[in-house]
Amino acid sequence: MPAVSPGAGSHPAGGPRPADGRRGFPDGEARGRRGRPDTDAGRSYYGQPVLNPPTWAALDIAGYLFLGGLAGGSSALAAATEAKGIEGLGRPLRMGAAGAIGLSLVALVHDLGRPGRFYNMLRVFKPSSPMSVGSWILSVYGPAAIAAAVLDVVPLPGPLASARRPLQKAASVTAGLIGPVVTTYTGVLVADTAVPAWHGGYREMPFLFAGSAGSASGGLGLLTVPPMRAAPARRLAVTGAVAELTALRVMKARMGLPAETYDQGRAGRLMKAAETLTVAGTTGAVVGRRSRLASAAAGACLLAGSALTRFGVFQAGVQSAEDPRYTVEPQRARLAARPGSPSA
Amino acid sequence: MVATDAGWADSGPRMGFFTDTSVCIGCKACEVACKEWNHVPDDGLRFSGFSYDNSWGLGADTWRHVAFIEQRHPAPGAGDGLPAGDGLPAAGGELRWLMSSDVCKHCTRAACLDVCPTGALFRTEFGTVVVQSDVCNGCGYCVPACPYGVIDQRKEDGRVWKCTLCYDRLKVGMEPACAKACPTRSIQFGELDVLRAEAADRVEVLHRRGVAGARLYGDDPGDGVGGTGAFFLLLDEPEVYGLPPEPVVTTRDLPSMWKRAAVAALALAATVVAAAR
Repeated sequence: MPAVSPGAGSHPAGGPRPADGRRGFPDGEARGRRGRPDTDAGRSYYGQPVLNPPTWAALDIAGYLFLGGLAGGSSALAAATEAKGIEGLGRPLRMGAAGAIGLSLVALVHDLGRPGRFYNMLRVFKPSSPMSVGSWILSVYGPAAIAAAVLDVVPLPGPLASARRPLQKAASVTAGLIGPVVTTYTGVLVADTAVPAWHGGYREMPFLFAGSAGSASGGLGLLTVPPMRAAPARRLAVTGAVAELTALRVMKARMGLPAETYDQGRAGRLMKAAETLTVAGTTGAVVGRRSRLASAAAGACLLAGSALTRFGVFQAGVQSAEDPRYTVEPQRARLAARPGSPSA
Repeated sequence: MVATDAGWADSGPRMGFFTDTSVCIGCKACEVACKEWNHVPDDGLRFSGFSYDNSWGLGADTWRHVAFIEQRHPAPGAGDGLPAGDGLPAAGGELRWLMSSDVCKHCTRAACLDVCPTGALFRTEFGTVVVQSDVCNGCGYCVPACPYGVIDQRKEDGRVWKCTLCYDRLKVGMEPACAKACPTRSIQFGELDVLRAEAADRVEVLHRRGVAGARLYGDDPGDGVGGTGAFFLLLDEPEVYGLPPEPVVTTRDLPSMWKRAAVAALALAATVVAAAR
């Protein structure tokens, strides 16, 4: 967020952004709009946002959206390949899933400020709160994904030694089954807000996130396993990437005005870079299927593309919440379209 | 009954605010009374330049906020340019000053309460929505969920805060501090049904006197949040006061979202199984 500097034609309030960064003009652009004719659609309270923008730090929450997707998709692919007796992908994907979900938990706890606060998440189960549902999902998935990876390599002492394999298998299957849910509930998590660029995409967001997770976990497979053994990862990566790019297009086409935040400012740059990396990664995965180096590079591109997509979606939401236009204009349009309204 | 729906066996009538902005004089007694009674910390001394408003908007440390709008009235139609500087049309109409004391709406269908994962936000026996600060874990989910931009996070402790409609005062039969301090009865506290009837009468009186722009905001139980427990009489469009013109509780679409998330998860699982060959 750039600091606001008073410019010609600005409101006299063009002082610095409030020290806490919460209220204030989102950018010079929004103030410029005050020069427009005083139409209903263009009106606001001194360009102030109607909403209180999300307080979450991008690194924690967008980071979690990416890591959770990577973990869930990787657990699923690890379990599926092992169930079918395909060798090579299981272990690295399980390791990746455990690492990603471990980092996710760190990010989520950091967002709360104090580790002890996470326990409050488990006071109640509320289907009306995607975060409550997600906390319960993670409280089963997280330990399962971590156990599946740890029991794979760490021997158990004495009498427990014989239980290690069955336990590891059970953990791996559990993580594999819950994994896909971990990747898509986060789409509901962001869409279930008043943020125009998030709620406006509630129909497509779970598909966008599922595709992005497939792309990332397939990418992890391509990065860590020789191409001869990475065919399942390649298929998942390509299908996921195509789904991600398609869902994003559909989402933007249906969203109306707030969709433009996905093309503007920092969100626009993030989304553009994400698209470039995802397309490059997909192409590389197909064209470079015989080369270890090309496959690994493609996998890295897909991972980076998926991460940037989540940061881009996060940032578009913030931008759409900070400009009152994205809240007011779609609501005005809804009112105008209602039967009985003067302009309907 | 919103309190009964929330599980209260013997709740009384739903209580709320009617803020009649046509008699607000912008004295900010409500802001001060709220701060004093609720021990709300300093919200910063930041010059805004928004007329006489330096408290910017509702937030963790501003539970009542008096908006000041300077405008020419009747506002000229579209096509009359605004000068970029002061926000006033260059010519036409008389100068008028709108003042309005904003507050948490205590929605019938409250998004903040719905999305709270800890149960910190709850519905009181008065039908109001209150945060239990000893349960709130600072997840911040309610902040972007609120369609009005009311609830917010206090940076110092990470938890969220907002108007409680003076739950402690209501418990002992007192009216909220802001309503008590309001010298013009712009802020009226009482049983919501009674307030709604009085407000409808008030709009009629204003219309008869030629105040054509007078309208109620949040009084309709059929709106996107099921009507609000704190509603307003405004003299211009809601967005002029920084209010959303047609807010909808985000959880209205949640059943559809869960279905789509389930379908997307199944599609991903199917793709994974198909890929593993």
